[in-house]
Amino acid sequence: MSKVKSLEELMKIKEQALQNIKMREAGKRGKIVVAMGTCGIAAGAKDTLKAIVEYMNEMKIDDIAVVQSGCMGLCEVEPTIEVALEGQEPVVYGNVTPENAKRIIQSHILEGKVVSDLVVKRGEV
Amino acid sequence: MALKTNTILICAGGGCISAGEESVKQAFERKLKEYGLDTVVSVVETGCMGACSLGPLAVVYPDGVYYQKLTPKAAEKIVEEHILKGRVVPEYLFEGEKEKLTIKEKEPAEIPFFAKQVKIALRNVGVIDPLSIEEYIARDGYFALHKALTQMTPEEVIKEIKDSGLRGRGGAGFPTGLKWELARQQKSDIKYMICNADEGDPGAFMDRSILEGDPHSIVEAMTIAGYAIGAQKGFVYVRAEYPLAIERLQKAIETAHEYGFLGENIFGTDFSFDIEIRIGAGAFVCGEETALMHSIEGKRGQPRVKPPFPVQKGLWGKPTVINNVETLSLVPPIIHKGAAWFRQYGTEKSPGTKVFALAGKIKNTGLVEVPMGITLRELLYDIGGGHPQGKQIKAVQTGGPSGGVIPAEYFDTPVDYESLGKLGAIMGSGGMIVLDEDDCMVDVAKFFLEFTVDESCGKCTPCREGTKVMYDILDKITKGEGTMEDIEKLEQLAQVIKDSSLCGLGQTAPNPVLSTLKYYRHEYEAHVKDGVCPAKKCKAFISYVINPEKCVGCTACARVCPTNAIHGEVRKVHEIDQDACVRCGSCIEVCRFGAISKVTPAVVGSISR
Repeated sequence: MSKVKSLEELMKIKEQALQNIKMREAGKRGKIVVAMGTCGIAAGAKDTLKAIVEYMNEMKIDDIAVVQSGCMGLCEVEPTIEVALEGQEPVVYGNVTPENAKRIIQSHILEGKVVSDLVVKRGEV
Repeated sequence: MALKTNTILICAGGGCISAGEESVKQAFERKLKEYGLDTVVSVVETGCMGACSLGPLAVVYPDGVYYQKLTPKAAEKIVEEHILKGRVVPEYLFEGEKEKLTIKEKEPAEIPFFAKQVKIALRNVGVIDPLSIEEYIARDGYFALHKALTQMTPEEVIKEIKDSGLRGRGGAGFPTGLKWELARQQKSDIKYMICNADEGDPGAFMDRSILEGDPHSIVEAMTIAGYAIGAQKGFVYVRAEYPLAIERLQKAIETAHEYGFLGENIFGTDFSFDIEIRIGAGAFVCGEETALMHSIEGKRGQPRVKPPFPVQKGLWGKPTVINNVETLSLVPPIIHKGAAWFRQYGTEKSPGTKVFALAGKIKNTGLVEVPMGITLRELLYDIGGGHPQGKQIKAVQTGGPSGGVIPAEYFDTPVDYESLGKLGAIMGSGGMIVLDEDDCMVDVAKFFLEFTVDESCGKCTPCREGTKVMYDILDKITKGEGTMEDIEKLEQLAQVIKDSSLCGLGQTAPNPVLSTLKYYRHEYEAHVKDGVCPAKKCKAFISYVINPEKCVGCTACARVCPTNAIHGEVRKVHEIDQDACVRCGSCIEVCRFGAISKVTPAVVGSISR
């Protein structure tokens, strides 16, 4: 670690570290809920979760919380995820393979366009 | 750092570690690995969260749900239920969260234990990973140091501290800014900055918690202080009984060096500062500043006469400032946010907050930080939760062996230096021992005197001999051999020791006796005149007796009695032989019929008389 000489450098460290701390707390513009009931896990939700986390890291998205929940009751289209952005109604996607997860993040989270071919339901589950 | 879906903060303060935090952490990690979640869920050990009686504690983010009294099994369940399925595990929820079983964002402020607290000294304790300098920086760490070194002159730093009205949190309440100013004015090429972490009061652990939970705040504060007074070298004097604090502080000093917050030309300025840890052997007197300096110099830790004060002639004869851990932890926020911000908490003469360690007969034992001026009642009942069994709280003892007792009728007194001083107690370092009707005041005084007799360094006669004589008199009284002259003698002795001792240890040693005599003289007199211990605590004044109406002859008491003092046939009324009884109280604990009771005065001879 090189020595910190200026306020800018200090600020940079603060911001980076804050991102990590922010991850702990729920002050975000939205969240992705991965259904991790037994059914979801059996259908591969764990790989989906990992893919989501890795891709978000890759794209440096830090204002979206990723949380796990139980079964949403849509076992036939597992793995399912729910994308809830602030000010929009939540969207539930089905058959979210790791590949599809990337598509959803790219399109829905980054570009704000719903991935219509994967949508199972709009609105509260 | 990778994105994490959940973060589990586990309290690794001293209390939780002794309650088995390590095994809980391992269980969390094991279970997370098992589910392949170890890469997306992080487990962080933090400093003390404060609710020590409910440890081990953990908070699960992003929901901010507090869990208490964790076991490895609980940890496994939390991973399976909460982390995997998003369902809160109700049986381990923190008290006060129990009524809200829905997961939602939760501010700690909604929990009564946290509601009245304002955390400045403990701002990061229990929130950040103490070993991570980045997390400290994320919470505005080292910004105060940058501001002080690049935008303020040393005089301006001192003025800010003076304006804030910060007073020594070691207990004496000397204005910190004034101390710095006096040291600044000294002409000397070498000056020293010392952090006094020789916390020795029985029942006080706030300094340890700050060092363990937020070591960087001390590194930063000492560097700011060094800049203000013109010192290049700092020492932290920690007792060897705090290995974890030493370890984390050492790590903090190392990483601060790596980042350039310690060492040569900090922030590119021409100010250089370094900190060394000095480990003390844990003698109580070494918390006294002159004895502490002798100890750092490698001499025997004994006090010397003041003046000259350390700011004039301190370590190796050079001007030295010695500040307590908690005092220092308040410095960076004051510099960063300004004196006016600090003054919005507390009172005119005692601004800011104070950390207290609640111990004894109180529900929420642990660490709390409150604005000064809060009443004792709020502190004990609203935050402390009152008596664990709902009994009457009789008094509270503040300030350890140098302090005194405050009876319940004074619980509306605001907590600040002057008010507590008026009552004959002191603010002290912040240890608060809560006493109830089962605590005998003579015995309490004796406990503290025993401590000072042990810890007296022996350099001056009034303290070395005087405290021993006082202790012997108290011992006599608790054994039922005291006279009224003894009580008078106690008062005389106390006055002489107070007036003639060399250092603070001796000067304040009689305080526990004086204050118990002031408020509870009747208890002393009951021991002497009536042969009664009102609290039924002193063994010489009590007997255990069996009520023949209630005894069913189950033999439980006879079986636990260590001296075989209880006789009786099965299904017949039992009897206690008073001569053989050592009054250990084992019988009362096992009796399921409430047939045994403690009585005072003691029954003479056997019960049949």
